[in-house]
Amino acid sequence: MTALTTAPTPPRVGPPEKRRRRVGFSQRLSRWDVKVSPYLYISPFFIIFAITGLFPLLYTGWVSLHKWTLIGGEAGYTGFDNFTAIFQQSEFWLSLRNTFMIFLLSSVPQVIIAIVLAAILNQNIRAKTFWRMGVLIPYIVAPVAVGLIFGQLFADQYGVINTALHAIGLPKIGWHSNTFASWSAIATMVNFRWIGYNTLIFLAAMQAVPTDLYEAAVIDGAGRMRQFFSITLPQIRATIIFVVITSTIGGLQIFDEPRTFDVYGTGGPSHQWETTTMYLWNLGWGPQQNLGRAAAVAWLLFVVIVIFALINYFVSSRISTSEARRGTSKQGRGRRSSTDRKGAVR
Amino acid sequence: MLTHRPSRPARRIIVAGASVAALALTLTACSSDDGGSGSSKTQDANEKITLTVATFNNFGYTQDLLDSYTKTHPNVTVKQEIAATSDDAKANFTTKLAAGGAGLADVQAVDIDWMPTVLQYEDKFTDLSDKSLDGRWLDWKAKQATAPDGKLLGYGTDIGPEAICYRQDLFEKYGLPSDPDKVAELLGGKDATWDKYFQVGEQFVAASKGKVAWYDSPDGTYQAMVGQLANPYENSDGTPKDLSSNADIKALFEKVATESKDKGLSAHNQEWQPDWTASFQKDAFATMACPPWMTASIETNSGGVKGWNIANVFPGGGGNWGGSFLVVPAAGKHTAAAKEFAAWLTAPEQQLAAYKQANNYPSQVEAQKDSAVADSTNKFMNNAPVGKIFADRAAAVTVTPFKGPNYFTINKAVTDALVAYDVQGKGSVESNWNAAVDAYKALGLG
Repeated sequence: MTALTTAPTPPRVGPPEKRRRRVGFSQRLSRWDVKVSPYLYISPFFIIFAITGLFPLLYTGWVSLHKWTLIGGEAGYTGFDNFTAIFQQSEFWLSLRNTFMIFLLSSVPQVIIAIVLAAILNQNIRAKTFWRMGVLIPYIVAPVAVGLIFGQLFADQYGVINTALHAIGLPKIGWHSNTFASWSAIATMVNFRWIGYNTLIFLAAMQAVPTDLYEAAVIDGAGRMRQFFSITLPQIRATIIFVVITSTIGGLQIFDEPRTFDVYGTGGPSHQWETTTMYLWNLGWGPQQNLGRAAAVAWLLFVVIVIFALINYFVSSRISTSEARRGTSKQGRGRRSSTDRKGAVR
Repeated sequence: MLTHRPSRPARRIIVAGASVAALALTLTACSSDDGGSGSSKTQDANEKITLTVATFNNFGYTQDLLDSYTKTHPNVTVKQEIAATSDDAKANFTTKLAAGGAGLADVQAVDIDWMPTVLQYEDKFTDLSDKSLDGRWLDWKAKQATAPDGKLLGYGTDIGPEAICYRQDLFEKYGLPSDPDKVAELLGGKDATWDKYFQVGEQFVAASKGKVAWYDSPDGTYQAMVGQLANPYENSDGTPKDLSSNADIKALFEKVATESKDKGLSAHNQEWQPDWTASFQKDAFATMACPPWMTASIETNSGGVKGWNIANVFPGGGGNWGGSFLVVPAAGKHTAAAKEFAAWLTAPEQQLAAYKQANNYPSQVEAQKDSAVADSTNKFMNNAPVGKIFADRAAAVTVTPFKGPNYFTINKAVTDALVAYDVQGKGSVESNWNAAVDAYKALGLG
């Protein structure tokens, strides 16, 4: 783009005014080019987003202010009745609790395990590509298939896990009756699917870490663990933040795994594992067919996710600045210690 | 890219917004205004048209059968769209109905469970009333598809009159009479009651020392009992009954809950869950309510376990579970031709062909009397004369439960509580009933 701004100087011929005007126009053109084209190039995303994202978002807001059934359509303006009704439903608060707990139980171990796996895959191991592709296999399995398989594993009476527990004399776990057990089982399904994906993202970030940092650390006598905590982790910090944010957004919208956790897909008889998106679905497309309330839940979920995104942002920006400060002081210390050592050698 | 540090909060919000918006998008796909009016669209009788019929699972309509319609109606070609499960078909049906009916097949198969929706939005469907067809179906079957104003909205295909399927081998093992006629007698024959059924069950469970339960699931048993009430959850004008003061339902709930858990009669599984499916191979229970289509599920789930038989008896009189209809959405292009075709497809001759193909027990009086149905037996069920048994069971059905727009919502509240108590072992009968009442109140039905 910079090439376009430096138009070749035309030879000094012809009347001066005409020449000036021509130069002026092409210069203006190229200035527009510089100023406008970047926006033009990124505009398709925003245009498509406006159609498929922003419009439905606003329309959902409109629906949420009306009595609205799935098949019958609009049936009168009700103001914020849908929202107040939702706030009074214990099912809504239960669904928020479930969503949040499943999110915690899945995202935290997921990120930690993925980093560790990535660190292992980043070492010199045999058949690198095989292992690296291997971790991605669960990701390409359809979530519904994962649900079916885990349904057999986690069945309460005759499931594989409970049969095994029983065989070695341990009590069976009520995967569907016990609330916490159901969260853990669903989190396992989520982790099964997403660990490999996040591992590859971390692996890519780790490979971008300059090797001279490790070489310097080895000279300084840092062990593997020390290298991991003092070089690898700080260097991939931005990627960690990225993964945390995407898994937060994904985790708060979790739907497939809890829905396929039993054949009815409504979140359990006492709403043990009904997440907010499932609640939304059950309201709008379940027997109630109440789209107005479903739309209100969609908006409330939106607000929750925005709040989480903001918390994420402030926490991660705090971490990045404090890390940066610590990083410089460490460097200072490092330099001092190396000169000390040099002195000692001398 | 991977090492770049996102810097603006706005971006994060947009990302979050986009993902929620994706959810929201699904909501908007459902706004609509109804395009279909009840008027039937007539066309030139010789115009070449294609009719589509949408079914699910296995209705037994082979392409040969559908092609034979073209022989008598040369201008009509028939295509069938088959959904794998009734849930898939239902999702497809409701979504397209919500979009004003665009994309629906000319003739739609509708399970009895979705009929409340059809009856609620009767303007979106063609009136199929036809004097010449009076008496083709069992009265209660036709009544299930008749709107309050008398319009017939669906032609019946199959029905699910319930008998009792039982494990003959387990009955023998634990000292109960095992011959089908004796079993029918044991349960009370014509005057069989649920009390008697539970009482025999207590004997059986005691004889097996609690190793084998009496029936498969609390919800299946409750479903059979609730199907014998004329107005389980709603009055005939569609207004819901207050669950907290619904004495009939409360009595049923308490009965099933106590018998299932406290007396240990159920195998503590919820229908259709993996544990329930597995329980067929574990000798976990000895009897279950059994409409004709259930015999196929039993055979599949049993996977080698033999010893099933059917007793020509049902507690509390007759009962129906399941069955389907063909409806003609008003938004279709050829509603008149579709109505004629639906009438042909549900005629006794065609339903006989379908019965041979898929064992869906016909709802047509004539078809039931035909020897192809009446004399049929079921090999897996120890050669039980199913044709005769289900004809008797169908004739015994006297009550058609009223299922209004809120039937399934309220029913779910009660069965959830039942499952929480018996299958998941939570709380007491009282606390779970209160949970059901709370769930009902949260619906805000008034």
